[in-house]
Amino acid sequence: MTNVTMTINGRSVSGTVEGRTLLSSFIREQAGLTGTHVGCDTAQCGACTLHVNGESVKSCNMFALEADGAEVTTIEGMANDDGSLSTIQQAFQDHHGLQCGFCTPGMVMTAAALLKENPTPTEEEVRGYLSGNLCRCTGYHNIVKAIMAASGQDVSRIAAE
Amino acid sequence: MYAFELTRPTSLADAIKALGEEDAQPLSGGQTLIPTLKQRLAMPSTLVSLSGIEELKGIKNEGGTLSIGAATTHAAVARDGSYPALSDLAGHIGDPHVRNRGTIGGSIANNDPSACYPAAALGSGATIVTNNREIGADDFFTGLFETALDEGEIVTAVKFPIPEKAAYVKFEQPASRFALVGVFVAKTADGVRVAVTGASEGGVFRWSEAEKALDGNFSPDAVDGLTLPADDMIGDLHGSPEYRAHLVGVITKRAVAKAG
Ligand code: FES
Ligand code: FES
Repeated sequence: MTNVTMTINGRSVSGTVEGRTLLSSFIREQAGLTGTHVGCDTAQCGACTLHVNGESVKSCNMFALEADGAEVTTIEGMANDDGSLSTIQQAFQDHHGLQCGFCTPGMVMTAAALLKENPTPTEEEVRGYLSGNLCRCTGYHNIVKAIMAASGQDVSRIAAE
Repeated sequence: MYAFELTRPTSLADAIKALGEEDAQPLSGGQTLIPTLKQRLAMPSTLVSLSGIEELKGIKNEGGTLSIGAATTHAAVARDGSYPALSDLAGHIGDPHVRNRGTIGGSIANNDPSACYPAAALGSGATIVTNNREIGADDFFTGLFETALDEGEIVTAVKFPIPEKAAYVKFEQPASRFALVGVFVAKTADGVRVAVTGASEGGVFRWSEAEKALDGNFSPDAVDGLTLPADDMIGDLHGSPEYRAHLVGVITKRAVAKAG
């Protein structure tokens, strides 16, 4: 067992882990942040997506020890300081970008990474960037629409209108 | 996963020392290794993480040769842009999250028969730098998941001579995003090189017939009429050996057209 310390959503969290402990397990079981979902545990679905040092990763495909000393942001760190929904979260609500909601944390974290890199993506770029995130409910149209809307673009002509 | 120790050395020397332990194995981005461990297909005693070693990261352009540290991520290569065909290839591996973790050294050392980077290395005539020697790409990739690396030897950098023209086109298997067939073509000072991934049972290979034809005439038409035997091609539920052999010709033409 090895000690590990990382900053999660601005708060320092320490724990003891095995070499094989996944970052997703550490976040859910030791940090108690269950907003990060584990859908497949095989690096396919992207539900476990979070940010490590500002970059999106699948936390089921990274060891907790590899994040030692890192800045981690999870879905719990995405709301505004006053607790209101962030622009991206609000857009998901406004445009019905979720149904069961299981994929949503990963979708929001991915959208945030995309908009940081590319503030006004085209619809094709949004769809391409979501290639590692699966949704079994929505058919993606409203997710794409929500992300385009969050980027400040007119979405009246996009996807499932 | 079976249990193992995970160590995070900060220097190459310490990593090499740690890899000398029995059943120790290097861990780079882990995008292939972690799924492999989860399936209990590997049982290392120790994983030696390379992610904390700064000297293995970064991209340098030295007089027309791009030297990329082994622990450099696909995302970093995609952003670099000084060898456009290579950045384009790196930017289409897996998905954005995989590209933020996966590394060039890990991909090259794993030599998956459907991976993209081996085609770039072989197609560009790259040199693979290890902790104790330099190996030309022609000698490095020796077969399915096999390379010239010795026990305890790791890739530290890959040096790409930037060619006059180059392009990579892959026919993507949409679920895995690996290449069903991928072709990297490069027009270099010493002639044209054509490297094919995803197709052969033996892993990445050079298509010498196409190289000869393109040497005289670097245009898609030069590939017309050339065929590859289907004997050694991969056959699986995504495509038969004959289909893959046919695709190699089609994708080579597209790659030449893209290289311009
Ligand atoms: S739970 Fe990590 S990718 Fe599905
Ligand atoms: S909303 Fe149910 S999986 Fe996406």
